[in-house]
Parts: sequence; structure tokens; C-alpha cells
Amino acid sequence: MEQAADAALKKTPLNARHRASGAKMVPFGGWDMPVEYSGLSQEHLAVRTRAGLFDVSHMGEIEIAGKDALAAVQRISSNDASKLQVGQAQYSGLLTPTGTFVDDLLVYRLAPAHFLLVVNAGNIPKDYAWIAEQIKGVGDAIAVDASSRYALIALQGPEAVNVLRPLTEVDLAGMKYYWFAHGEVANVRATVSRTGYTGEDGFEVFVPPQSADKVWQAILQAGAAAGVIPCGLGARDTLRLEAGMRLHGNDIDETTTALEADLGWIVGWKKDDFIGAAALREQKASGVTRKIVGFEMLERGIGRHGYDAYVGDAKAGTVTSGTQTPFLKKAIGMAYLPVEHTAVKTEFDVDIRGRRTRARVVPMPFYKRTK
Amino acid sequence: MAYPAGFKYTKDHEWIDLSGDKGKVGITDYAQQQLGDVVYVELPDVGAKLKQGQSFGTIESVKAVSELYSPVTGEVVEVNAALKDKPETVNADPHASWMIVVKLTNPGEAGALLDATQYQDLIK
Repeated sequence: MEQAADAALKKTPLNARHRASGAKMVPFGGWDMPVEYSGLSQEHLAVRTRAGLFDVSHMGEIEIAGKDALAAVQRISSNDASKLQVGQAQYSGLLTPTGTFVDDLLVYRLAPAHFLLVVNAGNIPKDYAWIAEQIKGVGDAIAVDASSRYALIALQGPEAVNVLRPLTEVDLAGMKYYWFAHGEVANVRATVSRTGYTGEDGFEVFVPPQSADKVWQAILQAGAAAGVIPCGLGARDTLRLEAGMRLHGNDIDETTTALEADLGWIVGWKKDDFIGAAALREQKASGVTRKIVGFEMLERGIGRHGYDAYVGDAKAGTVTSGTQTPFLKKAIGMAYLPVEHTAVKTEFDVDIRGRRTRARVVPMPFYKRTK
Repeated sequence: MAYPAGFKYTKDHEWIDLSGDKGKVGITDYAQQQLGDVVYVELPDVGAKLKQGQSFGTIESVKAVSELYSPVTGEVVEVNAALKDKPETVNADPHASWMIVVKLTNPGEAGALLDATQYQDLIK
């Protein structure tokens, strides 16, 4: 079937490549994105056993620079950016004053007073407006929406390091998890970071948009013998869920706090002040009343985003993500439950289209790679 | 995969294999391709009365949940219980994986359904 392109949707620099390669395209966060290339399960398994290549150029890049850039980042980002050395990155939250999520993000320290924030595609204008407003009082610091200057390609899987190595002088093997370096990839100026959203080893490669296709093709060619295949957002979602990673808009949003989302580890408790600090400190002292859990279905069916969770006959919470995972071959998900029902092995019911279906709380992540 | 010439098809991607006043109902190869890996098929009880175009169950894949629509009006006289434990057979062999058998109360309805050629034109 011909797939009509919606003119209102934004396109990454690799859009023509996806369409020419026969990927199934869907609208996502205002973008025309590949959801599937050869098949979700096949792509998922490729990443777990070999490697897969993702176009994540829809993600936003916001740079903060100026003499007081660190102070600005410390104000808007929940994690402690003072711990970052140049060349290092961290996961963090962009929080509201009540400690809930405007977005989640990665913070890269490019230089002592120059940071790169990678944010979710659908939130770019909202995040940028929020950040620009919130750092106004912080002296010499400016935020720039640099999203159009970057294409972002993710190579994820145990073979990623071997596939990328012949294409770059960057010392990949010596790069630690959540560190990055600048260099060339396939003769294109790039920033390579050992990060990802799959729970697997791998790299994310920032390149200029006009060179994205060249790098994409070079990686696929270099990885052909190792079985590297292009992957879509469908596999990206099942992979991140298996790895227990939160998805903004599903598992975290402006109604859920960092503590309820069990993300206290991205809160810089020793920092002086940041947006949401007071609310989170208070909530930490008094204790949360509900919390996110990982669950697996004990009966057939998938508990999906928005389905109600029941303890006995009472509605007790909501499922925020759910899928059947191709690798673990189980139906898993995340849900918010009252804190007294969040212990591992606690059983509850998910209302799957009118059918109460048994589920059990399990530890997250569901999948952890062997190093 | 070939679309059996003896089947009738709906625009919603179900097929019906008619034999006398009864018909086996399933989903097409095109439908299973669009759905991806099927993990659950929820079917009605024997005796359920269906109108043409009415939902008779749901099919769930890794990606999504979809309604199943009856191609004809009638009564469910048989249900393929084997699909409960082996839903993946819908992917492997969609045109043999019947879900329900319907006893038609208005056999004339079937004449208006698509034949294999018309259906394949639809999904081109």
C-alpha cells in the first residue's frame, strides 16, 4: 500500500531513506517516523542478540551556555550536574515546582560552561519555553533550541562496538557507559556517546543533518555481516520497557512526581535548590502514597496504557505501559499502585476491556544485560 | 499468501468460508500482517447472536488491540477453542485459523461480500 505522507508532520533527515526502504511509517510526537522495518519482534531480538540501528533524530537538543551555565542547569534539572565532568552525561528530570515531570532528559557536559540537553521529540517547544523562562534570573546563561542542527542515530546491541569501531578513530572500547567523545564517524564530524534507550550496550551518534544518510548507510553496510538491521519505534518501545526505562507521556508526566516514579536516584538531594526540590523533600519526608511498579501478567492478555488496576473490587491504580516482550516472551508493564500494594509478588488485577486479569508485581528492570 | 477463491471477504479484513447455511470466520493474511504477532484472541460463547458488522470478539497483538467483526448475521454454533492456547497460529496460517462458525439467518447477505479478486484490489 502507498503510504501518504502527512504534510503537517515533521521529517527527520532520514525520512526519504525510511520510505525508500519500505519502513512502515506512523505519526509520533508530531513527526513522521518509522514504527517498523522488518518486524517488531525481529528488530527487538536483533538488538538483544546482535545490534539494531535507530533513527532518533526527532529527539530535541537544547544547548545551555554562558558563564553561569552550570547554575542554570542546576536550577532546571533535577540531577546534580556539578558531578558531570566534561565528556560525561547523566539522566535527569525537568521538573515542575511540585516535583512532577515537564519531561525527562539526558544532560551532556560539552565544556565547563556548555551543556547539551536531549529531550523528547513531542516536548521540544514546551521544554524550550520552560527552560528559557526558568533561567532568566540566573545571570549569564542562554538556552538555544539547537534541534535542527543535529541528526541522532542510535546503534544498540552487543555487536555495536565491533560494528562501529572500523568507522571511527574514537576510542569506543575505552569509553565508559554514559560518557561521550567527539570525532569522525564514516568521515563525518560526530559526537559519539555510550548511551541508549534499549537496556543494551550501544552508542548514540550525533551528526550534522546533511550527513545523516551517509552515516546511516555506512553503519548498515559495516554491520551487514554481523546481522545489524534498521529498527523502528515499535521495537524501541518494547526494548525500553523490558529495560524498565520510563517513557514520558506514558509512565511519567506532569501528574507524577520523581519519587512516585521511583526515580529518586535522579534527584540531586544535596544540591542547594532546584525547581521541585521543596516539594520532593517534603514528599520524601512524609512518604509517597502511590508508586510505580513493574508487573507481569499471570493470565493471557496485555495490560496496556490507561487500563485500570484493581486490588480486590476497588480501583487502585492505572497501567502506564504494557506489552508482550519478544525476548522474555511475557506480558509485562508498569503501573501506579497504592504504596502498600507495591511489594514484589503482590498480586492485583488489570481490567483488560472488561475482563479482570491477574497480574503480579515483579522487580524492574525486567531484563538486565550480562556485562 | 494466496487468498482462497472460495472464500468471501469483508472490508474489515475478515474472511468467511461458506458451506450450506454455515460459515467459518477468520481474519485475512493481510490483517495478520498488519497486526503483527498475535498474543490473544477473545471469542464469544456458542449461542451468541451476531448481526452483520457487529463485533464478535477482539484480537490482540504485541502492537494493538482490534475488534473482530462478523461478516454475516447469525448464531455462533462453534468456537475454535484451540486459538486460546495457540493464538500465534493466526499469524502462521491465517486462512486455516477459523475463529467461529456462524449459522446464517440471512444467507442473502453473503452475496454482497467481496470475492477474492475484489478483496485483493482493496488491499493493493
